[in-house]
Amino acid sequence: MIAELKMDQAMSEQQNDFGDGNVGLHYEESLLWEKEAGDHPGVDLPTPKGLKSRTGVAARGEIGLPQVSEPTVVRHFVRLSTWNYSIDSGFFPLGSCTMKHNPRLNEKVARFAGFGNIHPMQPESTIQGALRVMHELQGILGELTGLPGVCLSPAAGAHGELAGLMTIRRAHELKGNAHKTVILTPDSSHGTNPATAAMCGYTLRVIPTKETGRMTVEAFKEALGDGHDVAGMMVTNPNTCGLFESEILPIVDLLHKAGGYFYCDGANFNALVGTIRPADFGVDVMHINLHKTFSTPHGGGGPGSGPICVTEELAPYMPVPTVVKTKDGFHLETEDDRPTTLGRLKGFNGQFGMHVRALTYIMSHGADGLKQVSEDAVLNANYILSQLKGDYSVPFEGPCMHECLLTEKSLKENGVTTLDVAKTLVENGIHPMTVYFPLVVQGAMLIEPTETESKETLDRFIKVMKWIAAEAKAGRGSVLHENPKSTPRRRLDEVKAAREPKLRWKKSN
Amino acid sequence: MRYLPQTKKNREEMLAAIGVKSVRELYRDVPQAAFIDGLAKIPMHKGELEIEHILSGYANENHAAGEGPFFLGAGCYNHHVPASVDYIIQRSEFLTAYTPYQPEIAQGTLTAVFEFQTFIAQLTGQDIANASMYDGATACVEAALMAMRITGRHKVAIGNELHPHYRDVMDSYMKNHPDVSITSGKPDGESACVVIQSPDFFGKPHAYEEWRKVCDETGAMLIVVINEIVSLGMLPAPSLADIVCGEAQSVGVAMSFGGPHIGFFACKEQFVRQMPGRLVGQTVDADGKRGFVLTLNTREQHIRREKATSNICTNQGLMALAFTVHMSLLGEGGFKTLAQLNHEKACELADAVSKVKGVAIENETFFNEFVVTLPVPADKAVEFMAEEGIIAGLPLDGNRLLMAATEVTSDEDIKILCWALGELNESGEV
Repeated sequence: MIAELKMDQAMSEQQNDFGDGNVGLHYEESLLWEKEAGDHPGVDLPTPKGLKSRTGVAARGEIGLPQVSEPTVVRHFVRLSTWNYSIDSGFFPLGSCTMKHNPRLNEKVARFAGFGNIHPMQPESTIQGALRVMHELQGILGELTGLPGVCLSPAAGAHGELAGLMTIRRAHELKGNAHKTVILTPDSSHGTNPATAAMCGYTLRVIPTKETGRMTVEAFKEALGDGHDVAGMMVTNPNTCGLFESEILPIVDLLHKAGGYFYCDGANFNALVGTIRPADFGVDVMHINLHKTFSTPHGGGGPGSGPICVTEELAPYMPVPTVVKTKDGFHLETEDDRPTTLGRLKGFNGQFGMHVRALTYIMSHGADGLKQVSEDAVLNANYILSQLKGDYSVPFEGPCMHECLLTEKSLKENGVTTLDVAKTLVENGIHPMTVYFPLVVQGAMLIEPTETESKETLDRFIKVMKWIAAEAKAGRGSVLHENPKSTPRRRLDEVKAAREPKLRWKKSN
Repeated sequence: MRYLPQTKKNREEMLAAIGVKSVRELYRDVPQAAFIDGLAKIPMHKGELEIEHILSGYANENHAAGEGPFFLGAGCYNHHVPASVDYIIQRSEFLTAYTPYQPEIAQGTLTAVFEFQTFIAQLTGQDIANASMYDGATACVEAALMAMRITGRHKVAIGNELHPHYRDVMDSYMKNHPDVSITSGKPDGESACVVIQSPDFFGKPHAYEEWRKVCDETGAMLIVVINEIVSLGMLPAPSLADIVCGEAQSVGVAMSFGGPHIGFFACKEQFVRQMPGRLVGQTVDADGKRGFVLTLNTREQHIRREKATSNICTNQGLMALAFTVHMSLLGEGGFKTLAQLNHEKACELADAVSKVKGVAIENETFFNEFVVTLPVPADKAVEFMAEEGIIAGLPLDGNRLLMAATEVTSDEDIKILCWALGELNESGEV
């Protein structure tokens, strides 16, 4: 084989092209089903004894799974991993997503056998340590939010929203307020907010925020009407433009007088943690994204974890299970213990592994560190805003909180879009900010640096961003359309993916 | 403070660049009353060593599955996970990546999810699968909601013994829809679907032909729930179903006190636009090379807002990866062998416990889990056994106990269990 290659003149002229795309540290990788099948799998299991089947149903035929050795599997996934950008490798200023450093200590602790290898339905006497973790986390989240009723079971942010709105729904129902069927939400809200309200069977009424990026008392009053049908309001605060709702107190006052509850989407809790207590600006229910504020890893799209915190008044209605301390030790409260609950929203006890990680993280920071977390997060975002406001359009006046919002407005006249900015950042080794969200401005760029970045990192980002704006101004925008060029794949055809869906491997693909 | 890189000097420089004297000035829109003046319940920051010391103390208060004989299943199973699975999922590039919205720099995650979708579709005998769900219970209720959207009907039939947590979650979600009713048994002409779990909660495997027939007659959709996915290495594929969903924790994912686990969701191709959750699809890049992207997202909340198929945003990405790595290691041969080993262990457990005086097996058929009746109340028996270091199973009503065996179960474990069951019997009380 080697001799053959040496003989091949054409091949030697192309040096790096052996038809497989492998160059330097970049390796192409086929799918598992495209690899040569091995004689044995990548695990060694005992030989079955051949006992007679007692399943009572027909035996499974051929499934069509691939079969390869362990080294093949390990190399396959390690190569794939090198095609990913991650927070461990670089700056990730993704607005509203809080991509902060994920400490390895959290991973180590979650893997202690006494946490990782216990079953959710073991007798309570054998899981007191796990319940202690949950009880402590409940207490800490209660203190940080000022909302003492805490349920850890929601599996993610959107699931927490569902749990929170259903808590409100249950409270109204048991208090004889079934006619309250409307949820107010600003037009800048996350898509999950209206989707959750719809899932709860609620009707939406939108509060416009277009002019200032914030809710005003006037706009709120108009949406509220006489308020008799209003069950509650779903607002992210700081909002999705990175601004604190400056008129929140009078707004919440009106809402409460009308008998509605304030659901605060906790996506942006990183601006507040340890510094501001949400209960003190009127919040009745809030979900916390442990995978944002409390650094549990995003894992390429999950697992998340979205505990909810509620006022004492609403605590009887929140989902089960929750952990309570009794004279006999910690106890998982069920529907039998708390009949006013809306019920169970997830199997077992929630994303317990994430509870362990979040508690570990909170212990690492302590009360002093958490305060510094939110302050540095806000400082970093305002620093970026101060350095880029001359180069990009700023739709709403600051100061911002933990993220800042820019738009493509000033680039557009030179044919450069937010997408070009994003893809040029990619080309320069930086993960893009959140783009085209919130929807209230055109070509949004929402930048959240988080507290775990140094000034040096921020300065490099600012430098690249300034250069992009300058290129656009100089009329060299067309070059930016070509980006990214140095990534494992270039811009992908998303229209083709949607028009001809290929959602699994097949021989014919 | 080890996670905070900013220096005092840099903070001062940055404040000056912004044009404020303190960070507090940046919070100018926040009402005074909302500032925290102290956190009494939260101690000051701690180092790694101290935290490990405290939290290993908590962990040691728990009885881990490896510490003694273990026969608890009920939708969460104690299986062996190969070492390379945990190594791969702890690679920074997978662990600390975001949802793959920027496909040029997320092909690793996207390719792995595409492989996950393929594995799930193959195992369930369905056309397509999504990128995963929170867990089996929420996947099950999402399946029922999807059937309601497709059929326009408002009744959900629970056909057999469904996991009680799945049933509870179904009840809670449906409280949002007062026009929906949940019935037991066969579907009728008004049912959107019938939900069949196999093996059912009491461990009995089911065939699907009869249910398919009833569904064809009534127009209800057939939803099959699987919560021990290893069973699909032995039991027939539920390819007659319209939707197959459930829990895949058994492959690659630790029990972890109930989460994070990995819900899955598969269906027939014609229903794809009504599916909840993320989907990864194949396409090409600007150079014509094969690549993968999140696709068909016009179903999803960030585009459709209140008209979305579901409010779901997150999937269980890292757990889906763990599943995919473990499945890759098992392959066709290993997966089927694993299923057979589980079944044989359960057969041996069944034979051994039924020889204990006063203990009887309820199931005529099972995969790796079954119900036994004891001579004493099961909840008391479980407590007694726990004191002996044995996790015996899940107590049901009265004297009934749900027990599972897996490839991890040893002959010695079964011997110890039978000894303890004998003790129960002889004393006549617990």
